Amino acid sequence: MSVTPTGRVVVVGASAAGLAAAETLRREGHTGTITLIGDEPTTPYDRPPLSKEILSGAWSPDRLSLRAPADLDALDLDARYGCAAIGVNVSESTVLLADGTEVPYDGLIVATGVRPRLLPGRPAQVLRTLDDALALKDRLGPGRTLAVVGAGFLGAEAASVAAGLGTHVTLLEPAPVPLANAVGEDVGRILAQVHLDHGVDLRTGTGVSEVVPGGVRLDDGSVVEADTVLVAVGSRPNTEWLTGSGLTLEDGLVCDEFCAAAPEVYGAGDVARWHNPLFDTSMRIEHRTNAAEQGMAAACNLLGAQRQFAPVPYFWSDQYDLKIRAYGHLRGHDEMRVAEGSLEERKFTAVYRTADRLTGVLSVGMPPKSTLAWRHSIALRARWQDAVPASSTGMAR
Amino acid sequence: MHVEVDVPKCVASGQCVLLAPDVFDQRDEDGLVVLVNENPPAEVHDAVRESATVCPASAIRLEES
Repeated sequence: MSVTPTGRVVVVGASAAGLAAAETLRREGHTGTITLIGDEPTTPYDRPPLSKEILSGAWSPDRLSLRAPADLDALDLDARYGCAAIGVNVSESTVLLADGTEVPYDGLIVATGVRPRLLPGRPAQVLRTLDDALALKDRLGPGRTLAVVGAGFLGAEAASVAAGLGTHVTLLEPAPVPLANAVGEDVGRILAQVHLDHGVDLRTGTGVSEVVPGGVRLDDGSVVEADTVLVAVGSRPNTEWLTGSGLTLEDGLVCDEFCAAAPEVYGAGDVARWHNPLFDTSMRIEHRTNAAEQGMAAACNLLGAQRQFAPVPYFWSDQYDLKIRAYGHLRGHDEMRVAEGSLEERKFTAVYRTADRLTGVLSVGMPPKSTLAWRHSIALRARWQDAVPASSTGMAR
Repeated sequence: MHVEVDVPKCVASGQCVLLAPDVFDQRDEDGLVVLVNENPPAEVHDAVRESATVCPASAIRLEES
């Protein structure tokens, strides 16, 4: 189940995961052709700053390049930017491109990412690509109004930047507490209060049915007016091009603990749903760090390493003056406790229990190095009762 | 091998510190990267290369000699 060092590898998806895979193949001594296929017309660029430094104007777009041109050239890639893959024939080992070209492969890495979910009604702004971010940025500032639909990480970051630029922001969230499923209700309530403190009109328990001229219509039929509507209601994995290929698709490309979807076919990044042995569960992670780590893992295993991909996931989020950092698998946790600091002061380390294990840690305003010790315990599958001091403030989720 | 870090890009994930603790460290207050050894010895080159690939901010650049 591996390619020879001179075999032809096709990597579909030219963002963080695809690039990490291509770079790792070369580093591990692969000398065969590596074809990197990306539907955007640009060289690989980074996405997390889109809702942060690019939206605020702190960075110019040229800072987004994932690699310097010389480093990209050194990889000697057969790069096909601005060219979407529209199908794969697994039995013939070929990828079909939108321009009709068929690209044969000995090994395939699928890293096609996700795209924003949309709402019914008129077209609205989304935030996934550089063009999306620049278009939204032009519509922010004093005297402008913005309705953000969805108070997840992306919506919260965009709301925070927009408010910081003087935009009047309405943030609409169907759940009673934003991000409760990701970080727990207690931390979610703190993050909600921070929006309110910065003048954002956060309305929880508020579903949006459609985008209408001049705003959005809520589930109760009323309309929230806004010059601009940003829809940030989650993403869909880009797997349609794999339909009918025989590969298993279930909210992502289903992969095993080695990131393999089929012999010689591997998945990486936002699109890949794989079995993470560390938490003994299937997961699909839309975080930047995982994209690179999984791209590396998929490449190594395509070359025959046969190493399980069992990472401790990491994410960060910048919201107003808060830096939120988390390690582990927090979703579906059974209990959260504040291990250090205090929620009220917005300086704390929260730890998360799932069954009898410590499975996650999230910190706000704490020295990041202190979080690494908790990460270490998560990686070692520490039992909750051994890892978490009994004196911590207990808070059921 | 010569290592450079772009500190303003760093997002304090600590991935490089986990992989190559003799080469990278983090500032206590904000976790941003501190380059401990810009010309690391050969035995840690693989770990440094992995750090550069996995860095979620692409803040590590290598000059291979």
